[in-house]
This record gives sequence, structure tokens and C-alpha cells, in this order.
Amino acid sequence: MEDFLIRAFVGGLGVAAVAGPFGTFVVWRRLAYFGDTLAHSALLGVALGFLFQLNLTVAVFVVCQAVALFLFLLQRQKGLGGDTILGILAHSTLSLGLVTVVFLQGVRIDLMAYLFGDILAVTRGDLVWIFAGGAVALIALVVIWQPLLSLTVHEDLARVEGIPADRIKWLFTALLALVVAILMKIVGLILVTALLIIPAAAARRLARSPEAMALWASVLGGIAVGAGLALSLYYDTPAGPSIVIAATAIFLLTLALPRSAEGG
Amino acid sequence: MNDVHQKELLRISEVCLHFNGRTILDGVDLTLQAGEIVTIIGPNGAGKTTLLRVALGLLSPTRGTVKKREGLRIGYMPQRLQIDSTFPLSVRRFLSLAASSKGENVAEILSETGAQALIDSPLSGLSGGELQRVLLARALLRRPDLLVLDEPAQGLDVHGQMELFQLMSEIRRKRGCAILLVSHDLHLVMASTDRVICLNRHICCTGTPAVVSRDPAYLKLFGPLAAQNLAVYTHDTQHRHPR
Repeated sequence: MEDFLIRAFVGGLGVAAVAGPFGTFVVWRRLAYFGDTLAHSALLGVALGFLFQLNLTVAVFVVCQAVALFLFLLQRQKGLGGDTILGILAHSTLSLGLVTVVFLQGVRIDLMAYLFGDILAVTRGDLVWIFAGGAVALIALVVIWQPLLSLTVHEDLARVEGIPADRIKWLFTALLALVVAILMKIVGLILVTALLIIPAAAARRLARSPEAMALWASVLGGIAVGAGLALSLYYDTPAGPSIVIAATAIFLLTLALPRSAEGG
Repeated sequence: MNDVHQKELLRISEVCLHFNGRTILDGVDLTLQAGEIVTIIGPNGAGKTTLLRVALGLLSPTRGTVKKREGLRIGYMPQRLQIDSTFPLSVRRFLSLAASSKGENVAEILSETGAQALIDSPLSGLSGGELQRVLLARALLRRPDLLVLDEPAQGLDVHGQMELFQLMSEIRRKRGCAILLVSHDLHLVMASTDRVICLNRHICCTGTPAVVSRDPAYLKLFGPLAAQNLAVYTHDTQHRHPR
């Protein structure tokens, strides 16, 4: 097999492993639109990264963090419609990113690669980001797993029981920003949310516990990456969208599973 | 240490809460002694749940103070649980999420609240009454000195409500914990409460259920219909159907 294909496959599997557990929380906590907003703001990170000659993954991570912090503070000021704020931020940061890119002189940016990903161009450096960053994100998620589950079931109840809700929520958001920066390398910022939520949704009927659902999401994501890459290879289709189509096909297949498999 | 002081679990003094220019609570005082059952009643929008959230420390009052006895353990039973249907969580796992539940046996607690058969059921498939019992079990897992229940009877039929309040009295008798609950209906809780606080942003009247039910402030708030309902209910206590 060609080197670039091996890198693509390995990188894709790494991304799927990270996306699984985070995606289940995105589904349970209904953060799909929030993830979308983080991903859209990533383009601004890319533009600023070029502008100040920073490592692009770091720049994306920093901008996603800033947006996440801004949202976190806004949401504490109750009375503002959550999805309206998300919509404003998502599209204004995406537009700001697109406009900033135009002003960059002397740099040619392959916009499509950032919007839809370029898994076949994954470098060794990208793999290091995917595996090192992914490992940090997953380990941190394991550490906050129980309190985060508790918060997700009922926030007030968790608070009364002494869980530092704001700190845990903030940490999860920060980790999600890191995950978005990593996922973007494979599927691009437009499809980041798809890689988070589709495998997680597909895992629902296979799992009887939160942990099983997270693991299944990783496994199904990995299968989608393999199938998507194969599709891309044989039919010369764009890899990122092919992976998302494969994930969606898996999701549709799980719908055919008997509902009795849905346990507690 | 002062014995009288030790018996006081919670003291809320002159609490005011404003939100978006509206006054939700206005100069509310409330003390809770160990082992007593206190019910907050009031019409919709009276600030009952807000007062409960202030007592729990979930909301900071605009003015006034909330003092808790040192090391007070609170068990909280929320009004409802909105759990995403994609969240695969069994009753057993839900209960194990209760922080500091060591030493308490999940199955034993469930049988105390009459929900032992549900231990392996998915949480998202429970009926209203079943969920109440599971939520109560979760609150008890913390061996609370004080149980806080937000509209525990909501969504239950009359029979279920009576069972729940009987269970509540039994828990107090066995565990000696104090109970603070919210209800919008006095006649439901008459038999099982020591003290009633009638709230409509400020405290209208307070005392034993019998005293409050005749208080002019209570009658004004709930209208003469309330008194009528009460009479009907008192007449009807012994009437029960076998399941």
C-alpha cells in the first residue's frame, strides 16, 4: 500500500477513536449546533494562523477556545436565545475567516482542504497532532467522565451533590475545542460535527451503558473511515464526504436493528 | 456546643431575589429544625421553586442570608428529569452516580422506596410514579439530614400521591431526616406535614396545616374553593380502591 494511504487510514482511525466518546456527549448534551459553531470558527483560526505565522492547529485551537469561552459567558447571562447566539457566532466567524483569507498576500490557501478536509494529504506531523492531542483529550475525558455523566443527567442534582459543575462543563468545552481542531484535519470544518454525532447516534441501538455507547461510536466511526477511504479510492470521490456518507449508511443500518436491543 | 443550635438545620433570613427587574422573593424568612416536615405552598409563580433553589444554594439571593448547619447533608429530588432518549442509563447506574453513596446499598434503598423491581430498567422508559421513586432513592443514598422535594406529587394520580406522602412520613420516622417540600395544593399534604408556609413572593401566613387552612391570607390567596376542596378531601381520606 502507498505511504499516504497508510497515513490516511491511521489518521482516520485515530480521529474516529477520539470522536466516538466526545460525540456521545455531544449527542446527550444536545451540543450538535455548539460543535458546529466551534468548527465554523476554526476557519478564522486558520486565517489568523497564516497571518501571524503560527502553527495552524494551535491557532485553530486558540480561536475555538476563545469562541467557547465567549459562548460560556454569554450563556450564563440567561435570557438570550441559545441557538440564535450560536448561529450568529458560527456564521460571523466563518465569514470573518473567509474574508481574512482574501487579505493574506503571498499565501495561497487551499480553502477546500480546510472546509472539507484532505485526509489523503495527512502528514507525519498531522499524525502526531492527532495521536498526542487525541490522547490528551481522551485521558482528560476519562478523568471527568463520572461527574460529566452526572451533570448530563441533571445539572442541579449534580450541583447539590457537590459536583463543581462550571469547572467540569468548562473543561469539557475546552477539550471539545481541541477535538474539533484535530478532527478538522480529516473531514474539514464543515463536516466535523457529522463525524462527532453520526457514529454516536448509530451506536445508540448497540449499547446498554454510556461507556458501551462511547466505545461503539469509536468502532463505528473507524469502520466509516475505512469504508469512506475505500469509496474515495475506487470511485475517486472526495474522502471527507465519503467518510460521512459511510457513517450515515451505518446509522441507517442500525435503524433496522430490533428496538429490543435498546437496553438500560 | 449549644443543643438548640445543633437542631437548626437551615436558616433563611430576609431573603430577597430580583430577576430582570421583577421581584421573585421579598423578605422571606424560613428556619428548618431537624426532623420536621415543612411544606411550601402557593399559587403558580409564587416563587416556591425559587425559594427551594435558594435553600439548596443553586441561586444566590439578591439580599439576605442562607445559613446551613456545618456538614449538613442534603438529598434533593428534582421535579422532573429530562433525559435524552439516546442516553442509555439503567436505574442502577443512575443511582451509582450519586456522589458519596458509599456504604449504602442501591438495591436496599430502592426497596425502601418501593422500586426494587426497576433496578435494571432503562431510566428513559420509566413512568412518572416510577421515576419519582427512583429519584427519591437517589436523594436517600446520600443519607441526608434534610430531604428537599420539588413538587413531588406532580404528574401522579391521587392514589400515587397518597402513597408518596405515606412513604415520606415513613422515611422521616425511620431516618429522622427533615423534609422540605413544595406543593401547590394544601389538602394533598395536610396529613403528612408539620408546618406549612404559604408563599406568594412574601410569606402570607405560616403554621400547622389546620391553622393555615383557616387563615384569611390563605383563603384570600386560594379563594373559597380551596376551603371547599379541603372539606371534600377530609371527608374522603378513608376511601381507597384495591389496585
